[in-house]
Amino acid sequence: MLQGTDRGLKSSVDWTLIAIYLVLVFIGWLNVYASIHTPDIGSPLSFSLRSGKQFVWILTAFVLALVIMFAISPRLWEVIATPGYLIVVVLLVAVIFLGSEHKGSHSWFSVGPISFQPAEISKITTSLLLAGVMSRQNFSLSRWKDFWQVAAVLGLPMLIILAENETGSALVYVGMLFVLYREGLPGIFLGLIGLAIVLFILTLKTSVWVSLIALGVLGLLYLWYLLRNTRPLSRERRFSLCMLLLALVVFAGLIFSTDFAFNKVLQDHQRLRIEVLLGMKDDPSGVGYNVRQSMIAIGSGGFFGKGFTNGTQNTGGFVPEQSTDFIFCTVGEEWGFFGCFIVLVLYGILITRIVRDADRSREAFTRIYGYCVASCLFMHLFINIGMTIGLMPVIGIPLPFLSYGGSSLWAFTVMLFIFIALNRQEKKYF
Amino acid sequence: MEINRGDKLILGLWAVILVLLIRLFSIQIVDDSYKRDAANNSMVYHTIYPPRGIIYDRKGEVLVGNRTCYDILVTPREVTAFDTLALAQALDLDTLWIREQMAYYRKYRSRIGWQTLQFVKQVSAEKYMRFAERAYDFPGFRGQVRTVREYPFNAGGNLLGYVSEVNEKEIRREPEAYKSGDYIGKTGLEAAREKDLRGEKGYHVFLRDSRNKVQDSYKDGSFDKEAVPGKNIVTTIDAHLQQYGQELMKGKKGSLIALEPSTGEILAMVSSPGIDVDVLSDMGANYSRLAADPGRPMFNRTVQASYPPGSVFKLVNGLIGLQEGVLQPWYQYPCNRGYYYTKTRKLGCHGHRSPLRLDEAVMMSCNAYFCYVLKNLLENDNYESVSDAFDKWREYVLSFGFGQKLGSDFPSELGGNIPTSKLYDKRYGRKRWRTSNVISLSIGQGEIGATPLQIANLAAIMANRGYYYIPHIVKDSDGFEIDGKYKERHYTMVDTSHFSKVIPGMWMAVNGGPGSGGTAGMACVPGLDICGKTGTAQNPHGADNSVFICFAPRDNPKIAVAGYIENAGWGGSWACPLASLLIEKYLTGETTRPDLEKRMMETVFNVAGN
Repeated sequence: MLQGTDRGLKSSVDWTLIAIYLVLVFIGWLNVYASIHTPDIGSPLSFSLRSGKQFVWILTAFVLALVIMFAISPRLWEVIATPGYLIVVVLLVAVIFLGSEHKGSHSWFSVGPISFQPAEISKITTSLLLAGVMSRQNFSLSRWKDFWQVAAVLGLPMLIILAENETGSALVYVGMLFVLYREGLPGIFLGLIGLAIVLFILTLKTSVWVSLIALGVLGLLYLWYLLRNTRPLSRERRFSLCMLLLALVVFAGLIFSTDFAFNKVLQDHQRLRIEVLLGMKDDPSGVGYNVRQSMIAIGSGGFFGKGFTNGTQNTGGFVPEQSTDFIFCTVGEEWGFFGCFIVLVLYGILITRIVRDADRSREAFTRIYGYCVASCLFMHLFINIGMTIGLMPVIGIPLPFLSYGGSSLWAFTVMLFIFIALNRQEKKYF
Repeated sequence: MEINRGDKLILGLWAVILVLLIRLFSIQIVDDSYKRDAANNSMVYHTIYPPRGIIYDRKGEVLVGNRTCYDILVTPREVTAFDTLALAQALDLDTLWIREQMAYYRKYRSRIGWQTLQFVKQVSAEKYMRFAERAYDFPGFRGQVRTVREYPFNAGGNLLGYVSEVNEKEIRREPEAYKSGDYIGKTGLEAAREKDLRGEKGYHVFLRDSRNKVQDSYKDGSFDKEAVPGKNIVTTIDAHLQQYGQELMKGKKGSLIALEPSTGEILAMVSSPGIDVDVLSDMGANYSRLAADPGRPMFNRTVQASYPPGSVFKLVNGLIGLQEGVLQPWYQYPCNRGYYYTKTRKLGCHGHRSPLRLDEAVMMSCNAYFCYVLKNLLENDNYESVSDAFDKWREYVLSFGFGQKLGSDFPSELGGNIPTSKLYDKRYGRKRWRTSNVISLSIGQGEIGATPLQIANLAAIMANRGYYYIPHIVKDSDGFEIDGKYKERHYTMVDTSHFSKVIPGMWMAVNGGPGSGGTAGMACVPGLDICGKTGTAQNPHGADNSVFICFAPRDNPKIAVAGYIENAGWGGSWACPLASLLIEKYLTGETTRPDLEKRMMETVFNVAGN
C-alpha cells in the first residue's frame, strides 16, 4: 500500500505534528473531566460521564488516524474530492429539512445515540476540492473564470451553513481567504475586509459621520501616496486612482447601510451579542452572562491556576457549555496563565508547522490543502478563545482537539491526518 | 529582503496569539476583580448571629436580657410533600397560610433556585422544640438560632429603647455591618450603645454551585469566622427605684429623675406616660398604636421636653445675686401679695409674712423677693447697660447646665433655652428694656426653657454645693470605660461658699413644720433631712405644672431628685410628695407613709388632656 516513498516511517512522518496532536487531545480529555468533576464523580472512564465518552471518541479518533495513515492511499483524497464535496453539499441541504433542532439551528443528523454535523465534514471536503481546483495546471486567481470557480466552491457550503443558522462554522470559511492570499490573491483584499470590519464597528459605536471622516482621511493618505513625486502618472497609478474612487464609493455605501444591516439583516441574538461585546449594552444575566462568567472563571485562575479539578467556577456550573465551547475556561481557571500560555503556544507551533510543511511541499494539492487546514484551525482557535475572554462575540464553535464531542474531534483528526499522510508521501525540497 | 506570503501569515498568527496572551495576562494577573467575583459567585456565607450584649442595672440586676428564639428557614427546592397540618400545629400557623406560602415558592421557583428563605420569624423555643421533634417530616425546613430581647423588670422602657429590623437607610449608612433582616437598636440605650451591644456577626463559608446548591464547607472551615458576642453594659439605673418611680408616675404626665450627686449617675429616669417593656420586644406590632397615642408614650420628656422651671429657678437667681454682691443673706424685702414692677402691674405672690430674709424667701418661695434680686442684678451700676448685665446673668445660668445640652450619654437630649439680650433688643429695641420687661425670669417663667434632666442637675448642684457631674446612664464595667468627661467636676460660676447660705431655706421648706410657711412640708420624712424647693410653673395649655427638686440627706447627699408633673397644680402638693417617696424608698428601702404612697399612685390626671 505504501507508495511514493522509499523512506522509513521515522523520517517521512512529521512527528512533531502528531506529538502536539496527542498532547492537545490529552489536555482536552483532562479538562473535560475537570469540567464535570464533582466530589463523588466516580471513575473518569465511566461511559455515563462525558469524560468516559470523550475517552471513547479519542480512541476511535486514533483508529481513524491510523486508517488514514496506513490503510488509505493519499492519492484517494484527490480522487474523491469532487464527489465527496457534492455529497456533503447534499447533506448540508438535507439537514435543514431532516435534521434535528439543536440550540436553534438545524444542523445535526441524529442516528440513534450518535449525532453528527455535516458542517464539520464540509470543512474537509471543501478544503479537498479547493486544493483540487487550485492545484490544476495553469490555474490563476487573476483569471475571472478561475476566480469565480473558487468563489463558488467556498461560497456554496458557506451560504448553506449560514442558512442552517450555524454562523460560527460559516465564519470559519472566511479564513480560507488566507489560502487564497497565499495563492496570489492581492493583499489589498485582506486589507479591505479588515477595513470594512473596522468601519462597521466604528459606525456602530460612534456614528455614520465619524466613519465617513475616517474613511476620507484614509482615502486622502492613499491619494498622497499615489501622487507623491511622480508626474506624469503611470498607467498603473491611474488605474489605482480609479480603484480608490470606486472603493471610497463602495465603503461609503457600506457605512450608510451599516445600520440597516445591523438592525434588519442580523438576528436579534446576534445583534445582542455584538452589542454586548462592543460594550453598547450591559446584560449580565442574559447574553452577557456567558461571557461574564467565562471571564470570571479564567480571570480567577491567576498565574498557576487553582489546580486540577479545584476550580470553583467550572465545577460549580457557572460557566455554560463548560466542556464543549467553553472548555478553555477550565484551562484558564485550573491551570492559570501558565496553562493558557502552553496551550496557545502548542496551537501556534502546530499551525506554524503545518504552514511550513505545506510551503515545502512539492505538490500544489498538498500545499493548498495544508493551508486550508492551518486556516481552519486558526479561525477556530481565534474565535473560540477570543469569545471566552471577551474579544469576540459569543459564537458557538469548538476548540479543536480540546472541546468535548465526537463529531468535532473526529473531523479535526481526519482533517489533520489527511495532511500528515499527504505530507508524508512528499519528497521534501530539502 | 522580501518576506514571502507564508511567512507573513505565520507572523500574523503569532501576532494574534500574542494579543490573546496579553488579554489573558491582563484578566488573570493584572485585574483582581475577577477573583473577587469568582469568590462571590461560588461561596455562600451562613451568618452566625452573636447574642446582643446584656444591659444590667447598677446592682447587677438584668434590665435587658436575651431569650433564644428560632427563625424557621426554608429551602423550597428541598421541600418534598409534607403534612401541612402537622407543620401548622407544631408552629401554631394557619394551614391556609402555609399553602399560600408554598404556592408562592412554586410560582417563583426559578428565581428562588436553591436559595434559603425565611419562613417564620422568632418562633419561641417551646414551639421550636415541637417542630424539631418532627423535623424529619419536614424536609427543606430548618431552624436558625436568633436572640430576642427579654425584660425581667418593667423598668425604664423609654430609657432602654427598643430593637427592631434595620431599615434601608441604616443599611446604607453601615453596609458592612448590617444586612436586611438584621436587628438594630432604634432608641434609648439600645441605640446609643449599638456599637458595643451588637457584637460582630460571624459566618461559615460554604461552596455552592451555580444553582445555589450548597456543596461543601470551604477549605474545611479555615475561612470561617466565629461570632463575637456583644459587650454587656452596666447602667447607673437602680432597677427597683426605676420601677417604683414608674409606679408613682402612673396616670400622670411628666418626669421623675433621680441622680447620685456625687457621681452624676442617673439612678432613675421616668418619663410618663412611657413604654412598658413588654411592648419593647415586639415593637413592630405596637408601633403604630404607640405613635398614635395622644399621651405620646415614645416621647422621652426627661430629655426632650423643655419647660419653664418655675420657682426652683429662684435658687439660681439668689445664688447669682450673692456672687455678684447685690444680695446678702440678711437682706429683707417686703411682699404684699406680690411685686409691683410698674405702677399698675403686679407679679402676684401668695400670702405669707413679710418682710423675709433670703433663707425665708427660699423656704416660702416668695416671688417678690426674687423680683428685687433680679432687678438688682440687671440694674447694676457695675454694668454699662441692662443688656450687659443680662448677658452676664445668662453666662451664670449657663454655668448651671441650662440653655445647652448637658452632654449626657443619653441619645436625643435637647438643650432647653435661655434667652439672650438680643432677643429683648429685638423685641423692645436696644437699651429700651429693663427688668420690668423680663421680670418673669426672676421666678423661672417667661422665655426660659429647661429639660427635666437639667432641673434634676440643678438639684445635684445644690446637693454638691456648687458643682455637677454630667448626668449619665452607663457605668464603668469590665472591659468598658466611660468617657472621661463624666468624671470631671463642672463648677458653676457661683462660689461654693454661697450655697450654704441658700440651703437652710431648702431645709426649712421641707422641715419647717406646720405653720412655718414652708412650701414643701409634704416631703418631710423624719430622719432623712431632705432639702427641697418647690415650683409651680405656668402652663399655657392648662393647669400649672407641679415642680419640685430636692436632695437628701442634707450633709453628704446620696440622692438628688427632680419631679415635674404637668397640669398637676401646686409643686408642694404633687411633685413634692412623689419625690420624697422616691428618696425614702432609695435611702431606706421602704415607706413610712403608705397612705400617701397609695394616694399618689392611684391619682390619675387627665394625661391625654393636652
